[in-house]
Amino acid sequence: MRYSGWQVLAQGLTGNRGWTRAWRDPDPKDAYDIVIIGGGGHGLATAFYLAKEHGLTNVAVLEKGYLGGGNVGRNTTIVRANYGLPGNSEFYSHSLKLWETLEEQTNYNVMHSQRGIINLFHSDGQRDAYARRGNAIVNQGDDAILLDREGCRKIMPYLDYDQTRFPIYGGLYHPRGGTARHDAVAWGLARGADQRGVDLIQNCEVTGIDIENGVVKGVQTSRGAIRAKKVGIVVAGRSSQVAAMAGMRLPIESHVLQAFVTEGLKPVIDTVVTYGMGHFYISQSDKGGLVFGGDLDFYASYAARGNLPMAEHVIEAGMTLMPMIGKSRLLRSWGGIMDMSPDGSPIIDKTHIEGLYLNCGWCYGGFKAVPGSGNCFAHLIATDRPHEAATRYRLDRFVTGRGLMDEEATGSQHNLH
Amino acid sequence: MQIPCPLCGLRDSREFTPKGHETYMHRPSEDAAPEAWNDYLHNRENPAGPTRELWYHGAGCTAWLVVERNTVTHAISGAQLAAEVRNAD
Repeated sequence: MRYSGWQVLAQGLTGNRGWTRAWRDPDPKDAYDIVIIGGGGHGLATAFYLAKEHGLTNVAVLEKGYLGGGNVGRNTTIVRANYGLPGNSEFYSHSLKLWETLEEQTNYNVMHSQRGIINLFHSDGQRDAYARRGNAIVNQGDDAILLDREGCRKIMPYLDYDQTRFPIYGGLYHPRGGTARHDAVAWGLARGADQRGVDLIQNCEVTGIDIENGVVKGVQTSRGAIRAKKVGIVVAGRSSQVAAMAGMRLPIESHVLQAFVTEGLKPVIDTVVTYGMGHFYISQSDKGGLVFGGDLDFYASYAARGNLPMAEHVIEAGMTLMPMIGKSRLLRSWGGIMDMSPDGSPIIDKTHIEGLYLNCGWCYGGFKAVPGSGNCFAHLIATDRPHEAATRYRLDRFVTGRGLMDEEATGSQHNLH
Repeated sequence: MQIPCPLCGLRDSREFTPKGHETYMHRPSEDAAPEAWNDYLHNRENPAGPTRELWYHGAGCTAWLVVERNTVTHAISGAQLAAEVRNAD
């Protein structure tokens, strides 16, 4: 079924009895050309682009839980392309362009809203750093505008500009940034992949990877063995465990990143705002809740929830920046499991095992990467060559030290990002 | 979370800084192969479940501890002085 305004009208007039399932629920076949491990945003996007751009439809996506039940449902829904370093710059630019056509391509409303992102700065040095980053974004072909304090005040009158400790000097405005409805992204990509013939298999946990003489042969799962010519691991949050099935030890440590949402409020924050002197970023969802998050808790965790010290830090930072939010009440908090890499940038690469491909290390930036990651991973699996937007996401960059992408300039070492 | 420091008793986790898995204590020799250093610096043990990791009690006795912790439940089941763990090896 093709979704459209006419369909809504027609179904509404006939009692909404004609809606069909958005995707099938097939049993796994004995063999596929390609098996994708992981039915999150990145895995579903990989399957979608394998089918759409490479015509490869003898593909299965294996998900141990339900589609989109992992990190794609546990984030702060921000979409942006405001990176400064070669490698990340062209990749996120590519991903943002895919976001801008995702709804037409999937025939699904993912509520992609380019409401703009403003990164605030609070000192002359930070202004210089943001000006440099803005130039990098512009040179990449994307958009960035350096706002002074009055420019910020026009867009965000509610901030505390004169706070004595960290007064606001201005902000780097990225108008094409914004948000999207996270679950809808997973659902739209799932439906798009399924319509093109991909089998989406839920409640199917991979328990082993079959390798013979250095060549991948398939996977063992909780629903039986499945043979495959190629296998893609795209399970950020559980990468170490799945890669261990292939005898690999990854440069990944899993951490918790917390996020929070308030009760629904009338529209008040119409952009995404990030604080430059404390880890805090905020937007308002279409339901009205203020969605905000902060920094990692900084200890390894698979709990999908964090502890109070970081909650306290995030809320203190929020109150410093925009005291008005103290009037709202917190509704929920959650944690995503972050695949932290040493330099804070991801990995999309082949492995030393023929036919086994790896996509991991998205740190705390995986959501905005969903279409770009799927698109580039599909390209790598289909052609055995990296996509031009992802040539630097190599697994061996840590061994050689060449091509590290350390956006925060803190060093290529765990626990610094 | 509270960590039972052998010197200070049960203390709030805010007093500590986590470093990572206890494999950080097994530093390769200076002339070890680059692969050994890559393994030490970048590739990580990343267990989902019980783990042993280094924490620094910066706002307390300034000792390095080996803390036994579960990464799925956040339960902490014990802590030893890293120096004693090293000497026992």
